[in-house]
Amino acid sequence: MKNDNVKLRIRFDKHGKIRFTSHRDVARIWERTLRRASLPVAYSEGFSPRPKLSFGLALSTGHESDAEYLDIELDPDRTDLAMDLESLATELSGHLPVGMHVTDMAFVDRRTPSLQESVTSCIWQIDVIDVDADTVACAVARALAAEDLVVTRERKGKQVTDDLRPLVLSLDVIGPIEADDTGTVAGVRLLAELGTQPRAVRVAELLAALDPPLTERRVVRLHQWITNDDTAERSDPLSAAASPAPAGAM
Amino acid sequence: MNSLWPQLEPLLPHVQKPARYIGCEDGMQTPTHGPGIVSWLLTYPDTYEIGLPNQGLQILYEIINERPDGAAERSYAPWTDMEAVIRRERIPLFSVDTHRAGGDFDIIAFNLSAELTYTNLVNCIDLAGVPIHSSHRADSDPLIGVGGHCTYNPEPIADFVDFVVLGDGEEAVGDITELVREWKVAGKNSGTREGLLRELSKLPGVYVPSMYEVEYDGAFLAGVTPRYADVPATIEKRTVADLGEWPYPKNQLVPMTEVVHDRLSVEVFRGCTRGCRFCQAGMITRPVRERPAEQVSRMISEGLQRTGYDEVALTSLSTADFSGIEGVVKHAVSDKGTDQISVALPSLRVDAFTVGIAAEIQRARRTGLTFAPEAGSWRMRQVINKLIREEDLYGAVESAFSQGWRRMKLYFLTGLPTETDEDTLGIAELARNCVKLGKTHKSSASVTVSVGGFVPKPFTPFQWFGQNTESELQRKIGLLRDDTRRSKGVQLKWHDPKATLAEGITSRGDRRLGPVIEYVWRNGGTFQEWSEHFSYELWLEGMAANDCDVDWYVHRHRTEDEVLPWDHLSAGLHKDFLWQDWRDALDELGLEDCRWTPCYDCGACTGYGIEHRVASATPPAGGSQGTGVDLSTGGSVPVVLQPRPKIDAGAVGS
Repeated sequence: MKNDNVKLRIRFDKHGKIRFTSHRDVARIWERTLRRASLPVAYSEGFSPRPKLSFGLALSTGHESDAEYLDIELDPDRTDLAMDLESLATELSGHLPVGMHVTDMAFVDRRTPSLQESVTSCIWQIDVIDVDADTVACAVARALAAEDLVVTRERKGKQVTDDLRPLVLSLDVIGPIEADDTGTVAGVRLLAELGTQPRAVRVAELLAALDPPLTERRVVRLHQWITNDDTAERSDPLSAAASPAPAGAM
Repeated sequence: MNSLWPQLEPLLPHVQKPARYIGCEDGMQTPTHGPGIVSWLLTYPDTYEIGLPNQGLQILYEIINERPDGAAERSYAPWTDMEAVIRRERIPLFSVDTHRAGGDFDIIAFNLSAELTYTNLVNCIDLAGVPIHSSHRADSDPLIGVGGHCTYNPEPIADFVDFVVLGDGEEAVGDITELVREWKVAGKNSGTREGLLRELSKLPGVYVPSMYEVEYDGAFLAGVTPRYADVPATIEKRTVADLGEWPYPKNQLVPMTEVVHDRLSVEVFRGCTRGCRFCQAGMITRPVRERPAEQVSRMISEGLQRTGYDEVALTSLSTADFSGIEGVVKHAVSDKGTDQISVALPSLRVDAFTVGIAAEIQRARRTGLTFAPEAGSWRMRQVINKLIREEDLYGAVESAFSQGWRRMKLYFLTGLPTETDEDTLGIAELARNCVKLGKTHKSSASVTVSVGGFVPKPFTPFQWFGQNTESELQRKIGLLRDDTRRSKGVQLKWHDPKATLAEGITSRGDRRLGPVIEYVWRNGGTFQEWSEHFSYELWLEGMAANDCDVDWYVHRHRTEDEVLPWDHLSAGLHKDFLWQDWRDALDELGLEDCRWTPCYDCGACTGYGIEHRVASATPPAGGSQGTGVDLSTGGSVPVVLQPRPKIDAGAVGS
């Protein structure tokens, strides 16, 4: 089937109350936002045509993010490639709920690999609570020194065993955090880089696999990275896909 | 007066679907509270997903917030996991808008659309930290109000509420706000609550149960009478005369998480004159008041643009009857150009005309179509006055399958007055015939038959009818199961007859039912609308523990002279009209739609000095009811249409 749709890649954030929406909720929020902005989104064929949106790695309900990504396919016949993306970003942010904003966007080559297959790691800021700094430091040191971090999970009704250790690319204790204005107990802040291939490690999974297991409070995804296999250089999904704009764009 | 959000936030990761509790909807308001401002907590006593789309609540939310002396926020029943968490943490019921405690509001007002939510009503009052019995409340406690269709018999919940609003709430909330503001400004002083309630009881459409004395004559009710001379003996419902003056909601709430009916809704008319005798909504919302067609079109296009929805529902009790339907639908589907907009008609009349409209609007998604013939035989449909001929149904079905639909859902009631096994089995026969028609177009054609047990409702001609017992309903469903077991393409679904019984207890009960509801609630019986939480045993235990006889309340036929628990309330309908209609039902006499035929003087128009307000002087095309089509060609039994002698011919101007 002929497909010369234009692909727009968007980065957005998600903070505050809206973080309690699910990945599916966010998909619906975006569908409505794009219709309100009257963007000429391409639709799938068939009985129930759906807008062609493709989201990156799902963010767990309750986690915040500075770096969510979304690819949108636009109908080339109705898309003005010279449109001002900065004002579009502002318009879209205006239609998004409080706590979500577009932070960057660009046209990318339509053959750009999907976010799911190209992102290789995520950086997470993880606040853990009900624990003292020494215990956290020990748990982290133990994990980093371990040869493996085996977890068992259920997948399609079967018990699957995975080793998380190769996917824990880094794990650092940043330090204690003060009780915030919400009056919650103080805790300890961690920074982790977790691999996403062949599958993304979830923060909750990692914390449960530590010895002792830690309890998360606030979790923020700070970055998503694409690491080039050959050069080992990493770049974010927007600059990685940065392509000479389609004729005359930008 | 602080926000409870800081306490709630760390708890949300531990409950299912936390987005139910965050608010954040598009259209949400964060009103200012203050000494001269009356604050309302509008509460739907079921989950957020069920309650958020409720249009009545959203309309009042906007109207109150537009008032300089009003502030409205919303709340929904927390799911059982959340309830456990907030009870443990001693957090009260809260609003989702600014997460303010329920007890900080002047009024907590509930929308009651289903009797089985009564235990949730009590639970929400308790969660707000308010005494569940109105008689135990202090001056400083919030006033507990209720509105919605269930309040046409509020007696079972009379002990728990301070005031009841009958009918349309648009104007009543303003009147109530003004009285409560005076009381609030004066300081809600000790001992003044009773005086306020007495003032409230004088407002049109407002019923204050504590202002009335109930007398019994043995098991029977002798009367519900005012305790004071200035309290009205009869409470008439409120009726908004012109829907065009109330284009609400103007900013329909768009939730951030999935809810039922997750789409734009535009109410095209209120009221219904088809006269289906089982249908309480059709009786209590008369007369018909249509929204001007151009206003409907504007609300659709502006609403879609504002919300970003790709679907709009045109709501009413029978949307194909809207006289401007064709123009509105054409406008709606053409307006958005190449975008995929679908239009939902939640209440479809059964005929080919309707399918034509549906075909026009479901270009994008042609998956399922729903019709409600309600009964399986022509005789039965005359009894209930749902005058759909088999030709109408088969015409609609043929038309639908030939235009690409593959699935169809048919709604039926069982346990109707005079129903025989032949009538019941007619449901299966109809379904099989529909499948047969479908198979000529598509071999995969299927029909889902959904059967509900009939519960007689107040202010309908069937209010005197003794409901079928649970075992009788089980037997009838069994008949249908046996009969459809080998019918390929027919899927049978049914509503639990035990839940039908519980609904029957609360539907026509009196104040002696209050302790029964309290019993069910105290024993953990919340979310009774949810099959996984419904407890038949608790209802039977509660009845037994309070000496209430199930047979007497549910299964007994009432006589003409019996005082009914809602006789002191009025939906505008004359009781003798309802009684005559009940006799006509038993005689299998149908009654035409009165919009384009002479008035039967049911009382709804004449009593309030208003008339049906329709967008067109001619009936809409298609359909056999009220459109002048000769009904006598219908089924094997010819219909006799019997216009009622007009008592007050001058007032109706026909």
